[in-house]
Amino acid sequence: MITFAKDFKNTAARITKDLRHRGLIQRALHSYEVKRDEFKGRYQNWSEARQAASEIKWEAINHLDKYLQEFIAKLEARGTRVYVAGTGDQARDYILSVAKENNVRTIIKSKSMTAEEIDLNEALEHAGCTVFESDLGEYIVQLRHEKPYHLVFPAMHLTREEISDLFQKELGSEPTNSPEELTMIARRAMRQNYCRADMGISGANFAVAETGMISITENEGNARLTTALPKIHVAILGIEKIVPHLEDLALFLPMLATSGAGQPLTCYNSLFGGPRQPGEVDGPEQFHVVLLDNRRTELLADAEQRDSLHCIRCGACLNVCPIFKNVGGHSYGTTYQGPIGSVITPHLRGLQNWKHLSSASSLCGACTETCPVGIDLHHHLLHNRRNAINEKPLWLEKILYGSLVILLRRPWLYWIAGKLGVIFFPLHKLVNGTPLDPLHNWTKTREFPAPARESFSDYWRKKKSAKEVNRGTP
Amino acid sequence: MALPDQREAVFARIREALQRPAPHRHDGHVDYDMSGHSGVEAPPPESDAFRAWLPSVGSSIDDQITLFAQNAAALKADFRPVTSLDEAARQLAVLASENGWKRVASHRHSVASGLAEKLGLPCLLTDAGYAAADLEQCDAAITGCDALVAQTGSVLVTTASAGGRALSVLPPHHIVIARRSQIVPDLASALQLVRKLYAPNWPSFLSFITGPSRTGDIERILVLGAHGPKKLTIFLLS
Repeated sequence: MITFAKDFKNTAARITKDLRHRGLIQRALHSYEVKRDEFKGRYQNWSEARQAASEIKWEAINHLDKYLQEFIAKLEARGTRVYVAGTGDQARDYILSVAKENNVRTIIKSKSMTAEEIDLNEALEHAGCTVFESDLGEYIVQLRHEKPYHLVFPAMHLTREEISDLFQKELGSEPTNSPEELTMIARRAMRQNYCRADMGISGANFAVAETGMISITENEGNARLTTALPKIHVAILGIEKIVPHLEDLALFLPMLATSGAGQPLTCYNSLFGGPRQPGEVDGPEQFHVVLLDNRRTELLADAEQRDSLHCIRCGACLNVCPIFKNVGGHSYGTTYQGPIGSVITPHLRGLQNWKHLSSASSLCGACTETCPVGIDLHHHLLHNRRNAINEKPLWLEKILYGSLVILLRRPWLYWIAGKLGVIFFPLHKLVNGTPLDPLHNWTKTREFPAPARESFSDYWRKKKSAKEVNRGTP
Repeated sequence: MALPDQREAVFARIREALQRPAPHRHDGHVDYDMSGHSGVEAPPPESDAFRAWLPSVGSSIDDQITLFAQNAAALKADFRPVTSLDEAARQLAVLASENGWKRVASHRHSVASGLAEKLGLPCLLTDAGYAAADLEQCDAAITGCDALVAQTGSVLVTTASAGGRALSVLPPHHIVIARRSQIVPDLASALQLVRKLYAPNWPSFLSFITGPSRTGDIERILVLGAHGPKKLTIFLLS
């Protein structure tokens, strides 16, 4: 279990020193910030919109059983097959069984973090299917056999030169340093895949209960092609994606675009309510919706942190997080990076294994401030720390604090400790920062402050007696 | 399906989890001890209330057309108000020769299919079904739409109004034919319109198209024409 924390520390230490990487991320995020602020500024009242978005998600999540039931009933009434999966294994097995039943060989996939969460691609490839990621960023990280770096911008850690080298090696294309040409190489590579794929797999951004529709937000058009041409469409989504009404999207779609990518509205916002209906000219013959729990109900059971299920995965909290900007997305070792990942991963994968992420925070609150649905992110990091320590106390820390209590309650003992500090401090200098140093964890990156030559109480006593001498005792 | 659905177990967990009420957030503050919890929930706001917070839209049709034109320009879409069908046909012919179209696609529509046929090019109509590879060979698609949204510069299409799911996204140039009466102020009114037009027989697909296809996945630099159309031209007939 310690390995997750150790991996995080090691990778974070390495990446933080990489100034080229930091420069790349900070430049990309700066242009995002400028655009985000421009379009936020066009809202007549962003904070009211945010409060409303938070209340709508509160309503949906706190009546999840009711809305989910309505969503499923509406979908099934129009010929959609809905599968509710308790675990990632069950979701994978279901999708594999659909693929097997229909002799699926080639699969085209549009971006889905929920599919990443359950390692769907690996399972499908293991079963002999070829999977093509169609989103440009996802395609790039798939060719590199890497996990997405950021839940919205999967390849933001790569330069155009690195992508050109990758395409040269994997696709045999000519070298170029033009983002436009690189995009066209991917476009050409993917075109035939849309037409020949037997199955399209997508995620979803929202699930509209009232009409039984999923909503997919994207810029490239790859999700539209993935869901239009293959005979089978499988959509996988977490049970928390619910919104009650169709018109709620009038608020969520622009807020998602502005918070997530600094756009007024994402290029394609599409709603899907079933397989091809009578009288329609195209669309899949089968539409499967896989609803995934995978321990989201544990998060739901924690009333204090339930609002983290309001998350619409816009990635805004990553973009403003000083930790994310320095350690980068791959250090986390999780599907969901940044503040939201640090909050929910301990619930999804085990508190003791992932509690270290909640400590990797300056608690500046930028995440909470920017969250479009008002999740109390930085307090939840504190809640996770508290829960972790209550569940499994750190004895060394307990003993240290216990001793400190004894010390602070006895002025004479405190006085002696102060004197000892002054005597022993010069000796500490000999081992300062080395592994022999008992304060090594602190001193390897910081200076340990020298104790004052004269303590405040000594100073005060001296000053007081001097005054009394001057005044003379009556 | 051989695999047993887990919905009973998942719903049982959801109901059990919801036994404990969650705190609300007000003015940026969350009352975790729930001492102020009255037990009465205010209903969440209705879509008509959103208008006061989202970007503002003028009330007259002309204001809305002006705003749509501004948004379309910012999105790098080509917006062309025309006064007659003939003018639209003339401009379309110029587009066809400038871009070297050899084959176009359309669907049965009061205006779009007529304009497509006037070009004198081979024209694929999607209505009776089509092969994806054939549609992929077309240089442009000419479709109708359900609405134009002034607030966002979006075109609303459905399977019913735009010849299916693929026609408006597979060919590299999408031509939209809209009428002045199809301008709506904002997303909320567009969704209300869809409800009025179709409920309860919703089309299986509807989409808000906001500019030509784009990506920023390489160094966050904007590139048009990622997987969908590289160009979007919108004719507004008045």
